Amino acid sequence: MIISFLIKGLDRRTAICMLVLLLICAAVPLSNAYLPVGHPFRIPTDEMLQFGKYGSYALLAVSLDLVWGYCGILSLGHGAFFALGGYAMGMYLMRQIGARGVYANPILPDFMVFLNWKALPVTWYGFNWFGYAMVMVLLVPGLLAFVFGWFAFRSRVTGVYLSIITQAMTYALLLAFFRNDMGFGGNNGLTDFKDILGYNIQADSTRRGLFVATMLMLCLGLWVASGIVNSKLGKVLIAIRDAESRTRFIGYRVAEYKTVIFTISACMAGVAGALYVPQVLIINPSEFSPGNSIEAVIWVAVGGRGTLIGAIVGAVAVNWGKTWFTGQFPEFWLFALGALFVAGPLLLPKGIVGSISDMLAKKKSSQMYASLPATSEAVEDGASPTVE
Amino acid sequence: MDIAANSILYLDGVAVSFDGYKALRGLSLVIEPGEMRAIIGPNGAGKTTMMDIITGKTRPDEGEVLFEGSTDLTKLDEATIAEMGIGRKFQKPTVFESHTVRDNLVLSLKDNRSPFATLFHSSTEEQDARIDELLTTIKLTHRAYDLARNLSHGQKQWLEIGMLLAQEPKLLLVDEPVAGMTDAETMETAALLREINKTKSVVVVEHDMAFVRELGVKVTVLHEGAVLAEGPIDYVANDPKVIEVYLGR
Repeated sequence: MIISFLIKGLDRRTAICMLVLLLICAAVPLSNAYLPVGHPFRIPTDEMLQFGKYGSYALLAVSLDLVWGYCGILSLGHGAFFALGGYAMGMYLMRQIGARGVYANPILPDFMVFLNWKALPVTWYGFNWFGYAMVMVLLVPGLLAFVFGWFAFRSRVTGVYLSIITQAMTYALLLAFFRNDMGFGGNNGLTDFKDILGYNIQADSTRRGLFVATMLMLCLGLWVASGIVNSKLGKVLIAIRDAESRTRFIGYRVAEYKTVIFTISACMAGVAGALYVPQVLIINPSEFSPGNSIEAVIWVAVGGRGTLIGAIVGAVAVNWGKTWFTGQFPEFWLFALGALFVAGPLLLPKGIVGSISDMLAKKKSSQMYASLPATSEAVEDGASPTVE
Repeated sequence: MDIAANSILYLDGVAVSFDGYKALRGLSLVIEPGEMRAIIGPNGAGKTTMMDIITGKTRPDEGEVLFEGSTDLTKLDEATIAEMGIGRKFQKPTVFESHTVRDNLVLSLKDNRSPFATLFHSSTEEQDARIDELLTTIKLTHRAYDLARNLSHGQKQWLEIGMLLAQEPKLLLVDEPVAGMTDAETMETAALLREINKTKSVVVVEHDMAFVRELGVKVTVLHEGAVLAEGPIDYVANDPKVIEVYLGR
């Protein structure tokens, strides 16, 4: 069952994309580890980190494409799931600091000592175990998405109203995590990480490991997402996107489907956040800011909504552009982002990948028609008026 | 109560109002198993509202709606009603535009509708054969792998009828099936509906009098949310009340 699901996920496009990702996943750390410093093909550690970060963004974009591109749920709060996954990872990393913190408390993280707390809050129990933290990376965003989806989708909240609620959700979390009483480091968030799984988190070798882990998880995420969209469930999602009430009258419980895909997507976004935090070495409430979630939507729009691969392309392209732009013209980045959001949908309504595959399809069909004599079918196709 | 027990669809004194506007005021209608019924009426007579109530989209303020004499439809949601065997075709053809014709039918085919079942679904030979059969019925075999959005208006209407059949409903509600069709298509659609009626009960809402005549079934005339007249088309067409509100205009 699982195997046939995974085989269905490996369509040609996905397979090619995964191959490319795996090549990058091998080539970048190898060049970083074995080529001498100054070699033209050596990728410096900070650049590798940069691309590792893009990798985690790409996974977030894939998760967003799954709900937006395939099911029409425009979530403007996916950054919240990303941040929650990040916080779960951050909490594990905080507990790994142990007595090496400024206040040398073996149990309490520094900020709790600073706040004069005497005991570890219940929410932090278990986070010294990597396995528990990883379960939380999936469970916390998943549970929030499930509860949120259960109420929102059952009440048939759709379209712009749903987008606004998701935005409010991430904003509420932003405010909540700012408060010191929440017990997640308040304004400063979680930082000063030392180890991950016993390895020095700042060492080049660990960073290579994190890069590899990110790329592998991105591949896995793409594979699972592709398996979902190629299954009959994926077809139901597209049906919901295109004609929700029709789907309902055929007998599908639309709310169930939306809740399921929203939850899966949130888990995926949580994993992306968990991969992001050990690479940037900090997680703070600003990750919940609505702007982040909107930026993720832009990545998907630029890359091509409803293509999965487009989400990866868009996330990498926009973030690479952002890095370059903020380096060259720091004060103009926000204008560039705004221009992208306006010009992108106007010039490339289907995004980069959508436009390319349209072009290829057109070329293919025009070749086909050119090589075929006018069959009765082709004539009929041409003659029948198409009503949009 | 006997009438209700022997019916496939039983509406009694159904009323509903939207913001004070009474869309239905005491509508009563009985469809017998295996029957085909045509429902006509001017715009605003409550035809679509009636369909909305039967399929669970709208809840009536008062009145009884029973399926197969015992199931109270006013308590159920759209998906449950669809699974129980009431299929609905919309006025405007709504097919899944970005799916192929075949996938449209695959989605509609009677099967387990839970997300888990669809995630791990793979088509059986039996299901494939059933879809081939349906494609033949709706004359779209040659377009099976084209996207539904590229079909002509008439073809979309037929695809939607095919999707209805795929659900294997006991009762079909068909809202203006020939709107926008050519005369030839209209006659073919009438033949198709009569064919369908051999195994299923059908309720057709239609404006097109030639089409209703072609169907040759009992006609119910709705006016201002209630039944105005009922009977064979010629009897109804000569009823002075009907002529006044509808045919005479």
